[in-house]
Amino acid sequence: MAHKLKLRIWRGNSADGGLQSVEVEANEGEVVLDVIHRVQAEQMNDLAVRWNCKAGKCGSCSMEINGKPRLACMTQVASFPEDQEITITPLRAFPVIKDLVTDVSFNYKKAMEIPAFVPPVGMKPGEPRMAQVDVERSQEFRKCIECFLCQDTCHVIRDHEENKKSFAGPRFFIRIAELDMHPLDMLRNRKQKAQEEHGLGMCNITKCCTEVCPEHIRITDNAIIPMKERVVDVKYDPLRWLGSVIRKREGIL
Amino acid sequence: MTSQLERHKYDILVIGAGGAGLRAAVEAREAGLRVAIICKSLFGKAHTVMAEGGAAASMGNLNDNDNWMVHFRDTMRGGKFLNHYRMAELHAKESPDRIWELEMWGALFDRTKEGKISQRNFGGHEYPRLAHVGDRTGLELIRTMQQRIVALQQQDARDHGDAESHIKVFAELTITEILKENGKVAGAYGYWRETGSEVLFEAPAVILATGGVGKTFKITSNSWEGTGDGHALALKTGGNLVDMEFLQFHPTGMVWPPSVRGILVTESVRGEGGILTNNVGERFMFKYIPDVFKDKYADNPEEADRWYLDQDNNRRPPELLPRDEVARAINTEVKSGRGSEHGGVFLDVSKRISAEVIKKRLPSMWHQFYELAGVDITKEAMEVGPTCHYVMGGVEVEPDTAAAVGVPGLFAAGECAGGMHGSNRLGGNSLSDLLVFGRRAGIGAASYVKSAGSVSVSEANIAAAASRIQAPFTRTGGENPYKLHQELQEITHNLVGIIRTKTELDDAILKIADIRKRIQNVTVTGGREFNPGFHLSFDLDNMLLIAESSAKSAVVREESRGGHTRDDFPTMSTKWRQLNNISSFNGSEVVIRQQALPKIPKELFDLFDPHELEKYMSPEEMAAAKGGSN
Repeated sequence: MAHKLKLRIWRGNSADGGLQSVEVEANEGEVVLDVIHRVQAEQMNDLAVRWNCKAGKCGSCSMEINGKPRLACMTQVASFPEDQEITITPLRAFPVIKDLVTDVSFNYKKAMEIPAFVPPVGMKPGEPRMAQVDVERSQEFRKCIECFLCQDTCHVIRDHEENKKSFAGPRFFIRIAELDMHPLDMLRNRKQKAQEEHGLGMCNITKCCTEVCPEHIRITDNAIIPMKERVVDVKYDPLRWLGSVIRKREGIL
Repeated sequence: MTSQLERHKYDILVIGAGGAGLRAAVEAREAGLRVAIICKSLFGKAHTVMAEGGAAASMGNLNDNDNWMVHFRDTMRGGKFLNHYRMAELHAKESPDRIWELEMWGALFDRTKEGKISQRNFGGHEYPRLAHVGDRTGLELIRTMQQRIVALQQQDARDHGDAESHIKVFAELTITEILKENGKVAGAYGYWRETGSEVLFEAPAVILATGGVGKTFKITSNSWEGTGDGHALALKTGGNLVDMEFLQFHPTGMVWPPSVRGILVTESVRGEGGILTNNVGERFMFKYIPDVFKDKYADNPEEADRWYLDQDNNRRPPELLPRDEVARAINTEVKSGRGSEHGGVFLDVSKRISAEVIKKRLPSMWHQFYELAGVDITKEAMEVGPTCHYVMGGVEVEPDTAAAVGVPGLFAAGECAGGMHGSNRLGGNSLSDLLVFGRRAGIGAASYVKSAGSVSVSEANIAAAASRIQAPFTRTGGENPYKLHQELQEITHNLVGIIRTKTELDDAILKIADIRKRIQNVTVTGGREFNPGFHLSFDLDNMLLIAESSAKSAVVREESRGGHTRDDFPTMSTKWRQLNNISSFNGSEVVIRQQALPKIPKELFDLFDPHELEKYMSPEEMAAAKGGSN
């Protein structure tokens, strides 16, 4: 039932900060976000934390709990031993604004760099006919709630600020894959662009992103690897390469 | 101070980045105007993502008997004929186009065997009508429109060299007031949540698309953002709210564990075949079919079960009655001692469909129960109970343009606008509402701006707005905003809840007035930088106005209808069917007056069987409507 829980919460801003210990009541069934809210209401009124739906659907309350990227609203307090202190820190891959809130604008900039969906010319609203099996591939990626945990955990940028410029990150690889597999999208060469402009090649398939995805999207297996394979095919197989050039000329691919 | 003030000039300001706000922004931008979108959260996190079941549109993909007239009838019936007929008509006629156009922006709905958009059954809808994506339809809508806005920005980058030249998102910014000059909208004032620094927007038109008011209540499916900002801003700017007593308690929220109490369990669970039982295993909904619905709903389990296979020759299961009926029934069962261990009832989908199909059609429900409650819904029943979900009441608007009545330059769309849903909203009509009226607000505001000319805000107006933002830091009263919020939620939960009485409502009005006095003493600790206590002090002020408006409207409406149930007036009254409660704000308190409902024109009146209308309308009204038709 109710018990006293020990938390260490990172407090501070871009200039300075550190872990602060607090004790707070925790009740049966509560998630980490509940106890953070209790700390906020009773002990630290100005504790900064992002959250919205509290049901794992909006992806706002991303933070690191005992060093692991998690949604605070989907992490049960009971998943840790009662006597163990829980350490809560902001996402490490992004600059801190205040306390548990980080500047995630990197992700919105990258979103802007992915060319938008292009519908078939002349197709009118209401006309599309698509098979369920064909939409399902892209639907898996459209489950993404943009919590950016995959971006946070990806070691290409987690400790390598310098890579951010040339690397879109797993969230945007699945966006590209989604458009690439979209039955109606007409833009060509999305895979090649992922390789050349968005840093697909820098991913070395450690699957960390897949592990932290709260929507259980198979980022690596279903998006990144298939794109990598096909890019490689087109790039290194001379026959395929030639074929793709011819088809492109004829406007088929 | 004002010399350093951050200033922006736009043609149109959209407050709120949920479905209605984004749809309005797309439309206004496509009309060639410069648009600012303002949201309290990050872009793409709005409460629309929580909408699960689908968007209602009579595309007729699964049953070609469906058309706008059937949808219109269902909507009016669901709202118990208190809807603004013109809004219900526009909504029914235009929602198919709004869904189809999303496909052209990249949305991927679930498909029928022929490859068309699949449609699912939902409470109160005569035919399968809800376009959906599993049980995450709201996310699909938000993402599609978010990506549409990115697409428009990419276009602007190509055309004007600046992605934000025509449409810019101001994320994590709170608007504290709408500014007027010479009786017309001239802009808005607010602050960045991140830094606490202040921002002035000058714009001749403002579209309110701020969503709901659920956080006024203790048990709610709404996120922290649902604090009635648009409702309150409209009141403070001289606009009206219509019928704020009508709050939808969604029949099925989670009830256990306590920390997730209120989180929504989608109506699709019942649409897909879920049944409701009490603690003695009785499928109780058969006891609660009201007379007005008897010819549409099965009164025995055999017929209800057959309906899933043959909808033309059987009546619907009573689990699919409109939400107000189901919520009241569950409330009665629990109060009569037939509830579950944690004060709900049982909702079971595991007996009718296979585990595989449940995981495919209701993936986020499976996930939500498994991770938060340790319940596997493919094997066992869920415990559910009513949760405050949606406010039917809202800003009084002109249906065709979404212009707020009484405030030139102000517009409202989506949940924060009133009238469309009458006394009770049908599931699925919210996502279509925000598309239809979001677009109309965009067009309405664009056409207003083209004739309005430019505006500027006076320094005096700016200084007054700035001093109100500073106030919580300079006070010394010592009231904790979190504590006041909890007290307000207790009052609304206990006294303005699902079942109401005059005594309790009077009590609520007094207690709310008392909190209004104490809010003058709210003191904020810490600085301006991302300070949730500071943020809550403004939200709290808005929620108090909403609670006051709801309680005062509820006490005068002496009948029970839709999302307003009076224990002391348990039936519908033909007198009150003809009246809207209009809330306005006189600077110190909310004042309520009654206003006649607009008269339904003959061509819409004639869509109904007169015998059905007799259940709602007085003989005089019937005669007048028929008479007027000759």
